[in-house]
Amino acid sequence: MDYSSVIQGFSVVLQPENLLYCFIGVLVGMLVGVLPGLGPAATVAILLPITLNVEPVTAIIMLAGIFYGAQYGGTITSVLLRLPGEASSVVTVFDGYAMARDGRAGSALGIAAIGSFVGGTVSIVALTFFAPFVARFALDFGPPEYAVLALLGILLVASVGSGSRLKALVAAGLGLLLATVGRDGFTGAERFTFDSLALTDGIDFVPIAMGLFGLGEILYNLEDRSGRATAPPKMVRALPSKDEVKQSSGAIGRGSVIGFLLGILPGGGAVLSSMAAYAYEKKRSKHPERFGQGAIEGVAAPETANNAAATSSFIPLLTLGIPANATIAVIFGALLIQGVTPGPQLITEHPDLFWGVVNSMYVGNILLLIMSIPLIGIFVRILRVRGTILAPITVLITLIGAYTVANSVFDIMLVCVFGALGYLMKKFGFEPGPLVLAFVLGSLLESALRRSLILFDGDPSGFVTRPISGVLVLALVIVVAAPALRALMTRRQNRAKNEELV
Amino acid sequence: MTVLVSYVPTPVGDAAFDAGLDEAARRGENVVVVNSPHGGATVDADLVDEAHAQRLSERAEQRGVTVEWRRDAHGDDVVDVVQRVADDVDASLVVIGLRRRSPVGKLLLGSVAQRILLHVDRPVLAVKAPA
Repeated sequence: MDYSSVIQGFSVVLQPENLLYCFIGVLVGMLVGVLPGLGPAATVAILLPITLNVEPVTAIIMLAGIFYGAQYGGTITSVLLRLPGEASSVVTVFDGYAMARDGRAGSALGIAAIGSFVGGTVSIVALTFFAPFVARFALDFGPPEYAVLALLGILLVASVGSGSRLKALVAAGLGLLLATVGRDGFTGAERFTFDSLALTDGIDFVPIAMGLFGLGEILYNLEDRSGRATAPPKMVRALPSKDEVKQSSGAIGRGSVIGFLLGILPGGGAVLSSMAAYAYEKKRSKHPERFGQGAIEGVAAPETANNAAATSSFIPLLTLGIPANATIAVIFGALLIQGVTPGPQLITEHPDLFWGVVNSMYVGNILLLIMSIPLIGIFVRILRVRGTILAPITVLITLIGAYTVANSVFDIMLVCVFGALGYLMKKFGFEPGPLVLAFVLGSLLESALRRSLILFDGDPSGFVTRPISGVLVLALVIVVAAPALRALMTRRQNRAKNEELV
Repeated sequence: MTVLVSYVPTPVGDAAFDAGLDEAARRGENVVVVNSPHGGATVDADLVDEAHAQRLSERAEQRGVTVEWRRDAHGDDVVDVVQRVADDVDASLVVIGLRRRSPVGKLLLGSVAQRILLHVDRPVLAVKAPA
């Protein structure tokens, strides 16, 4: 492995401009982590236009900072107010709030910050060594492999993600359909443009992301579901004791591993890994009844895991060019706008970007560790801003941003249309994540699929006979068949049980 | 009949609460405390937490006055909530705290105290913070 490029990456990060953007990124990330409702995907989408005028590496450093910074911020409200600011901090509420009620809020927040730092750092180190290996492996990938991989990614996101599987598939299908709008790259035929000149080039990624994540979420949050306000929590600055650190060190270690592994999986990401880490810790504990009553492991494990996962979910993006979750999909879009196509060539063609982004995470994690505890008071203060003040400002920023990307009023209309769609989707229980992911992967899937069919002279059996794509097809079959098989098994088991009863 | 106290956790609010207790003890009535959060925000600095409310209730208990807490959220104007609760409990007196506000500040921000004094159709007792 060539270490000089790794060192080179640090010199990129330590440029004052990049340091500043890293700082802004993690600060904004923590902020949106604190604010319930506004998630990292929405924030990255809203801030996309800002990144247009800066260097690609600087832009991605900031957007990545928002993503992993949000995992830190979500903890604060979970522990102090029993309000998860972020979906990935939902499980932290159980033990974090119980600890705060016992007057141990400082310990809980401290251990979460330490765990997040350790989890993030372990994940970056693993990423540093693992990513070039995957990228080299992926250099052997041809169009057939990419076609199957993209399909696998879409299916995994639809099936692993939270909520109804059918609804996720519907959303993904809609995303694929939207990806076909515009001129066909192979034959030049126009599809679904309805003779509109603006649609000839296809629908841009930015208005879709800004509408579905940005505007959609803002509209959804305007419905007052938050219930009543709470009194400001008492501030505690006590750090965790030596015993508490010792008690949670095992949980932090296991959380790092779980988070790293689940983060790589498409559809995994921070939410799933925090739940998995909490469940594992509870199962493993000799006293599972302590969980929910203020067990410090119950805070350490999920908080470590969600940061580890946020970091490791960059691996499929930076090495294969396949986004693993919704936020990464928006960052993928940011890279495309900058004229950089993420994929196995990224590490050799743009080593400064690859290592700059990876190494910026070291710096970002240190910044977060330093800032997280002292700034808690300020973040809690921000929660006093009412939605009726926050929402109009964010909508304005979103729409101005959408306009500046291409100076096109049509884009503003698109943002509004997709904002309404995003609102309705959330209202009826459809996650917009699979739609955006399928849209991003859709164009990749289509071009790879058609290229490979040209390659195979129209014979689809080629997908199975090539070794790598064959294995991927097998994985695809398993992903599709597993839920059906499991349903069949439980039904049979139930029947067996019923017969015994009779 | 009850004495209604509009309360926020500040020295002025405490002064109003104490004056409200005095008045309730004198009249032999009970106290209803309005502590109204602003609807829509997650955290409201003017809201009293349970422990603090408990302490105030106990202080009233020692004087033989029972306290009922009302935490109706308000939208644009807290005065509406004061009026509504006053009607609701048929308040004989509304107690509020006053603080100085410069003419410019009053022009820009308005004055809740002034609007309660003028618009709530009950007798109002205005209390200043101890110097």
